[in-house]
Amino acid sequence: MIGIVNYGSGNVDAVANIYKRLNIDYEITGDTAVLERSSHLILPGVGAFDETMRILYDTGLKSFLDIMVLQKQKLVMGICIGMQLLAEGSEEGELEGFGWIKGKVKRLDSSKLQLKPHLPHLGWNTVEQKYEHPIFKNIDQNKGFYFLHSFYYDCSRPEDVLGTTDYGINFASAVRRDNIFGMQFHPEKSHDNGVSLFRNFSTL
Amino acid sequence: MIMAFPFLEIFQPYSLMLRPRIIPCLLLREKGLVKTVKFKDGKYVGDPLNAVKIFNEKEVDELMLLDIDATTEGREPDFKLIRNIALESRMPLCYGGGVRTVEQCKKIISLGAEKVAISSSVIQNPSIITEMSKAVGSQSVVVVIDIKPKGLLGRYEIFSNNGTNATGLNPVDFVKYCEENGAGEIVINSIDHDGMMNGYDIKIAREIRKAVSLPLTILGGASSLDDVSGLIKEFGVIGVAAGSIFVFKGKYKAVLINYPNAAEKIAVLSSGGFNI
Repeated sequence: MIGIVNYGSGNVDAVANIYKRLNIDYEITGDTAVLERSSHLILPGVGAFDETMRILYDTGLKSFLDIMVLQKQKLVMGICIGMQLLAEGSEEGELEGFGWIKGKVKRLDSSKLQLKPHLPHLGWNTVEQKYEHPIFKNIDQNKGFYFLHSFYYDCSRPEDVLGTTDYGINFASAVRRDNIFGMQFHPEKSHDNGVSLFRNFSTL
Repeated sequence: MIMAFPFLEIFQPYSLMLRPRIIPCLLLREKGLVKTVKFKDGKYVGDPLNAVKIFNEKEVDELMLLDIDATTEGREPDFKLIRNIALESRMPLCYGGGVRTVEQCKKIISLGAEKVAISSSVIQNPSIITEMSKAVGSQSVVVVIDIKPKGLLGRYEIFSNNGTNATGLNPVDFVKYCEENGAGEIVINSIDHDGMMNGYDIKIAREIRKAVSLPLTILGGASSLDDVSGLIKEFGVIGVAAGSIFVFKGKYKAVLINYPNAAEKIAVLSSGGFNI
């Protein structure tokens, strides 16, 4: 079962709706007992770093998820702000992130962009895979994924970068270390490419 | 047009850049969709949920949904309808209409829209941009300005309350203010071009593009996909929004929800100078 971690973030239902249509078992929950029964966890997200992290600390979900992911090795995927939470911290806020994948979230440098628009990075862009991985099975590169963000994951270890995207700089738009995945774009709003990615994640 | 043959991967047959967005703009009135001409005479064009389902199948880049009566009727956004539409939408959604408070903005994001558009409320209370961008992130705060040239000199002015109230505000100064205060995107909606299908207002688009570096979306006047290509050719990465061409077909304007298919879209982008 897919446990969609509910911490008041915006796109929870959109993720759930895709799994519903795929006929894959899921639950939207903040209940640790239910999350413990889940084989896969999703950290969704539209929001600001500190606001989201604070809810995870206040509800005790932070330390619970540390155990689920680091000790029990459950598969986990963070989306957008949910991906940025995997880092040690963010320039957008002051709180500490999960720190599961070494790196810091930084503001995209718009001075590297020659043409307008600058920030936010908004629209459809390509994610170039750094190595073959089944999570990117059946992805149409011509269509790309939908992005909406101003901050990016500055990964400390190059081997943790699963995919990159060009926007002024070449940044990590997908990260992975062992059982932990993060996607900067919004697969829940990326049509068939997004649906494929959610399906692929559930079969890992 | 380049096909995605696996053996070609080493040549990177796909574009490695951000694409322009082609955006249907749907207008809500009494739970139905209408299309207006110069902000008047809304003609019924269908049911919003049905339109979203069709646009899902067409793999639309992004959808803009504007409740054109909420502000003039002094009521709240229809949260139930927004929720149903956001749930159904597999594409990014921007909602606008009647959004006045930070609480309403947060609620709309929590219902599953990616972006919230504000217009009349910013003119009444400019600091709302900063407050909203703190609450939901500036990437999700879109400012829509409805504009029209006025007087003998044809100076552009911003209108509020669905085009009924002349504000005296200069669009160029106003968008600069919006950018400095936390807006994430600007939508320029040309009142005189709305529903006229006489081409986009390129002149004001140029002035606004020069003034700010935010993502910019142009709405009002598209008569065909050639107008869409033309805008892309001039501005590169830009949001190209339209109503009539995505809800009407043919010279008698028969109601038909439509959107370019994959091949047509590649053709539109490539004649705009984007080779994907």
